[in-house]
Amino acid sequence: MLYFARWKIALILGTILLGVMFLLPNFVPESTRYGSDGTPQGVWSTLPSDTLNLGLDLRGGSHLVFQVDMDEVREDRLVRLADDVRTVLRNQPAILTAAPAVVEGRVVVRLSRPDDLEAALDRLEDINEPVSNSFGQASLDQTLSIEADEDGRTIRVAITEAALEEIQSRTVTQSVEVIRRRIDATGTTEPTIVRQGDDRVLVQVPGESDPQRIIELVGTTARMTFHMVEANVDPGPDGQGRTPPGVIILPQESPEEPFLAVQRRALVTGEQLVDASQGFNESGQPSVNFRFNTSGARAFGDATAANVGRRFAIVLDDVIISAPRIRSPILGGSGMIDGGFTVQSASDLANMLNAGALPARLTPVEQRTVSAGLGQDSIERGQIAIIIGFSLVIVFMLLAYGFFGIASTVALVVNICLLMGGLSGLQATLTLPGIAGIVLTIGMAVDANVLIFERIREEYRAGRTVTNAIENGYQHAQSAILDANVTTFIAAAVLYMMGAGPVRGFAVTLGIGIITSVFTAFVFSRLLLAGWLRLAKPKSLPM
Amino acid sequence: MNLSSLALVRFLPVETHFGFIRMRAVSFILSLALVLGSVAAFFTMGLNLGIDFRGGTSIEISTEGPADIALIREAVTAVVPGDVQVQGFGTEEDVLIRVGEIDPEVINPLEGFEALDAAQAQQAVQRLVTTALNEAIPGVSYERMEVISPQVSDELRVAGATAVLVALFLMLVYIWLRFEWQYSVGAVLALAHDVIVTIGFFAVTQLQFNLPTIAAILTIVGYSMNDTVVVYDRIREMFRKYKSLPTPQVLDMAINETLSRTMLTSGTTLVALIAMAVMGGAALEGFALALIWGVTIGTYSSVFVAAPLLTVTGVRRDSGDSDN
Repeated sequence: MLYFARWKIALILGTILLGVMFLLPNFVPESTRYGSDGTPQGVWSTLPSDTLNLGLDLRGGSHLVFQVDMDEVREDRLVRLADDVRTVLRNQPAILTAAPAVVEGRVVVRLSRPDDLEAALDRLEDINEPVSNSFGQASLDQTLSIEADEDGRTIRVAITEAALEEIQSRTVTQSVEVIRRRIDATGTTEPTIVRQGDDRVLVQVPGESDPQRIIELVGTTARMTFHMVEANVDPGPDGQGRTPPGVIILPQESPEEPFLAVQRRALVTGEQLVDASQGFNESGQPSVNFRFNTSGARAFGDATAANVGRRFAIVLDDVIISAPRIRSPILGGSGMIDGGFTVQSASDLANMLNAGALPARLTPVEQRTVSAGLGQDSIERGQIAIIIGFSLVIVFMLLAYGFFGIASTVALVVNICLLMGGLSGLQATLTLPGIAGIVLTIGMAVDANVLIFERIREEYRAGRTVTNAIENGYQHAQSAILDANVTTFIAAAVLYMMGAGPVRGFAVTLGIGIITSVFTAFVFSRLLLAGWLRLAKPKSLPM
Repeated sequence: MNLSSLALVRFLPVETHFGFIRMRAVSFILSLALVLGSVAAFFTMGLNLGIDFRGGTSIEISTEGPADIALIREAVTAVVPGDVQVQGFGTEEDVLIRVGEIDPEVINPLEGFEALDAAQAQQAVQRLVTTALNEAIPGVSYERMEVISPQVSDELRVAGATAVLVALFLMLVYIWLRFEWQYSVGAVLALAHDVIVTIGFFAVTQLQFNLPTIAAILTIVGYSMNDTVVVYDRIREMFRKYKSLPTPQVLDMAINETLSRTMLTSGTTLVALIAMAVMGGAALEGFALALIWGVTIGTYSSVFVAAPLLTVTGVRRDSGDSDN
């Protein structure tokens, strides 16, 4: 156990050197490591240049989890499905039915004549299109389940479970993309936007201490549409007026005119907008300027040419933000919205229009924000706790083991270097509980050493020579060290799998700490003692 | 130079001969009392659940100059009806405001907050409180804000409980594989003891029980297991060595031989944790206190519960020879 081949010594020292290399960037200012273009410069282009990756609770920032409202998406899909069902059955020669209705998550349509059943089922199969995945292959053959009731005239059409899952997965992926575009546009550095679980999106923005701003940015669907106003329809004082088919009443952000009746069909939608930006109107008020793409410009030009003198409504998420009168056809393909914006809200809206509408409504379900000041304070307190814990443990070990205490102190220093180097190298997130994990590791790391030293003492008392005692000590402590650390590692692994955010950071430091502790106690300190035995050739055990 | 003189103090006797097994009646009764007391405290006093587990809003503010807690409480309760706690913590300028999960019905009548669902209502509380505080306390700054919806807190409760149970189960399996089932049962009973008594500690002290507390409990489980395994490993070795000695005597010898290691490791761990509790600030204090308690209990249980339990579960002395 005490003989080390050359290559083994090289391997052990190499591992330590690697740890120190990964640790090093933490002691060098960022301006030295990185050039003005943000890439590592000088020796740092070959050496590791990343520092510890601090969690939001240490660097300050906002952590938000948004829930994607799938109920609404599902409801929306069903309404569209009902439309499709109606359209396909009304195609010439029309099959007579009652209006298709959405009942308990299915579209139900009742045929006027039972004889049409076969023909109706045939036509409905046409809207049962396969879904293709991003490689263009069909990932789902059937998106709809179409069933006829026993009465022979009622047909129920539902979206299959698999298709719903596909829709959900796409909705979340699209949401992540839209949120990323929106947040990137605000110029924030290093935001993290990832899917979490089946129907959630995690948004982390370092340095942002006002979570409401992110909530507004992410919580707004930003679905913009342009509709003709129906001036002949009275919306009623509370928006409950009677409407002819194809006309809906929407609220407006205006006290004189709280509701307006508009055509349900949109002239142009937000997808046809390009290049939105914040500007000012003639009277110097903040506004949102935009251009239409080719199809949008044509549609809008035609509509305004045909409706000079009438008003159209600009609708954002089912609220009318402005309803100007058409003075002349708008053919240039560009326009301006002014609806009582501030510079901030106008530029936010422009940013959201450019980023695109979210495919669903997102609600914040978890929010954690830490100010940069508190984060800095936590780092400082953590450093003090680490230094004091470290010093006390060293004193303790020196008192208990004297000379061998020095060996375990060296091992502990190497251990902390490896732990911190490992965290930097793996770019694992260090959180405040993570710092607690480091302090705890310092306290527990000496355990393996203690086990070995106690064993060496026993063996020595039992009458063995120093070399034999040390040899046997390592041998006999092996299984206890292994079992003891595996159990702690299990606890850390469970914590990593079940925990979230900061707690996960604790699990990571604890887990890495266990590995480095076993390495330093069992491999490195053994190398130290072997070296000491060869050089000092001790006759008695100095502890 | 005589290097052994460097060991200035030998604060543990080299060899001890305590009769731990003889005392097992006492330690079992003590442990049973601790467990029952913890269960009673849990049901009568309850846990002071943090917002991770009960949902709601938690805001840490710091003021310019000493904080006027009464004024802050007044400002907050004026806008948010319901379960509001305002307390100082850390320094004089730091105040923690906690608002329990709020029913959307309470918020909806307010201007501009109509038709909110449960998750949105919690967000609304944060807006209401910050608006009120900005007005009432000039120069207020927000150090930490957390808003957890009821849905997420329910999930976190389940995840937390599952994590502890899964960890216990995995330990049971691991010890079973490495030792015998008798050891496994003894170890896991001792662990369950530690977990229950730690939860009792949180009930009695009314320290906040939140997500890091689960991390603390799992760490205690890992630590206590670590301790127990070291003792068990020695017991197994002794059984092989001294085949004819009576079980209680072998157990005592094993515990005594590992005792100085047990005390030293607990010592260094506690020393590091005390540094964390004293220097780590308010955010780490509860976490550190839980660990200090847990390490103490874990050490006690390894020596006084886990090892003596082997006389009850009845280890088979002839087994296990093959695996060395």
